[in-house]
Amino acid sequence: MITITNLKKSFDKLEVLKGINISIKKGKITYIVGPNASGKTTMIKSLLGLVRIDEGKILIDDFKLNGDWHYRENIGYMPQIANFPENLKVEEILKMVKDLRSNAPKYDEDLINKFNLKTEFNKRLKNLSGGTRQKVNACIAFLFDPDILILDEPTAGLDPLSSSILKDKILEENEKGKTIIFTSHLLTELERLAQDVIFLLDGRICFHGTITDLISETKQADLERAIASMITNKCA
Amino acid sequence: MILVKIIKYQLHDVMRSKWIIFYTAFYFIVIYGMLTFTNDISKVLLSLMNVVLIIIPLISTILGTIYFYNNRDYIVFMLSQPINRTTIFLGLYFGLAIPLILSFVVGVVLGIVVYSSSLQNYFGILLLIMLSGIFLTVIFTAISFWTSIKNEDRLKGFGAAIFIWLFLALLFDGILLFLIQALQDYPLETFSLVVSMLNPIDLARVLILLKFDIAALMGYTGAVFQKFFGNTTGMLISFTVLTVWAAAPLFFARKKFLKKDF
Repeated sequence: MITITNLKKSFDKLEVLKGINISIKKGKITYIVGPNASGKTTMIKSLLGLVRIDEGKILIDDFKLNGDWHYRENIGYMPQIANFPENLKVEEILKMVKDLRSNAPKYDEDLINKFNLKTEFNKRLKNLSGGTRQKVNACIAFLFDPDILILDEPTAGLDPLSSSILKDKILEENEKGKTIIFTSHLLTELERLAQDVIFLLDGRICFHGTITDLISETKQADLERAIASMITNKCA
Repeated sequence: MILVKIIKYQLHDVMRSKWIIFYTAFYFIVIYGMLTFTNDISKVLLSLMNVVLIIIPLISTILGTIYFYNNRDYIVFMLSQPINRTTIFLGLYFGLAIPLILSFVVGVVLGIVVYSSSLQNYFGILLLIMLSGIFLTVIFTAISFWTSIKNEDRLKGFGAAIFIWLFLALLFDGILLFLIQALQDYPLETFSLVVSMLNPIDLARVLILLKFDIAALMGYTGAVFQKFFGNTTGMLISFTVLTVWAAAPLFFARKKFLKKDF
């Protein structure tokens, strides 16, 4: 379980997170939704310690985030854009991450096979297409079989086939009891994957619950309208 | 050790890029070309010194900045792994500083070996030039890291790094000379001694020229160094201050890196 209490973060004078209180349930797929610049990525980055928080605290399974890095052994992160040293080959990059996390108990190379990434193993990273880079990125996030997966727009840039492979993988991991947090602008993903929805608007949480709750609370016909009405009504 | 692993993969990456090969070739051509044109080794070494004092800070500054901004997404990736920030920072830093130093040393040595020059009695000076080159690489790579970490905007970061280079390589001497000229009625030896320690390029020049023992080329600060400390002590002092210079920007850059939001 991840518990966030009164999380605040500003960049210079711009207040991005204005006091977030939430607990993300273990073993669920939680979907973070919100318009652009609502603080989704900043929230995710504070979970990873990429952003230093101004106020509040974050607990991950009873461990309080304080700058120590060991807790990240249990987290797989897939950023929006991942980049690796340009002149390394795909195979070397996978070797490198394994090397850097050499105390991982086991490797999950399922996605590498499903994406058929072995055919790209000898290409240098600078010669890869955006979609293939994204596949490498996804494979690395799942590689260490972490308990918590944080995926920032995981399917952006993937073709329909790869995107559905990735979604199947997300569901499969969830069935094994993994906690998954992801963001996306595609509502179809929300309908298929999300078990819990967190709606962020303007640095505040304005909804947390299931999709059915979301639709009934906003009194709209479907999900798309429900979200649109949340944004236009400014969470009233 | 994780630090060594990070450096190893950075080396893999950097060593395969074209600019590092150009950089090595540049020193090879410079030294080989100069040896071909003249038999006077001291002239060759003096020219090499001038190249080292201007080009190394410039190239280290530019490449350091480009390297940091280009690797930004990769840095974010590394930071999301269970690795502490200091290790990542040092890994990135040495991953660039080591290949830059190697390529300078290899280029120069290769040029000399291929020309099969014996260097006669100038071996000590060559070593000092190499040492200064290494110091300047280390210092200016750290400065460029510092400005890149400080500035989110890469144009600003680049501007700041280039300005520091311009100031230390060109403007500094001019300002110092102007001050000495304007204040010539006062005893300025101690003042200029202290001021020259604020500039690593000046220190490197003094270090080499004290060994060269050419008073005419030493400039004001060099002459003051010689007068005050004599050659050996002067060299020791400039060496020590250069060491401090090598550590200081790295220290500040690390401090900034630990606090930065990515």
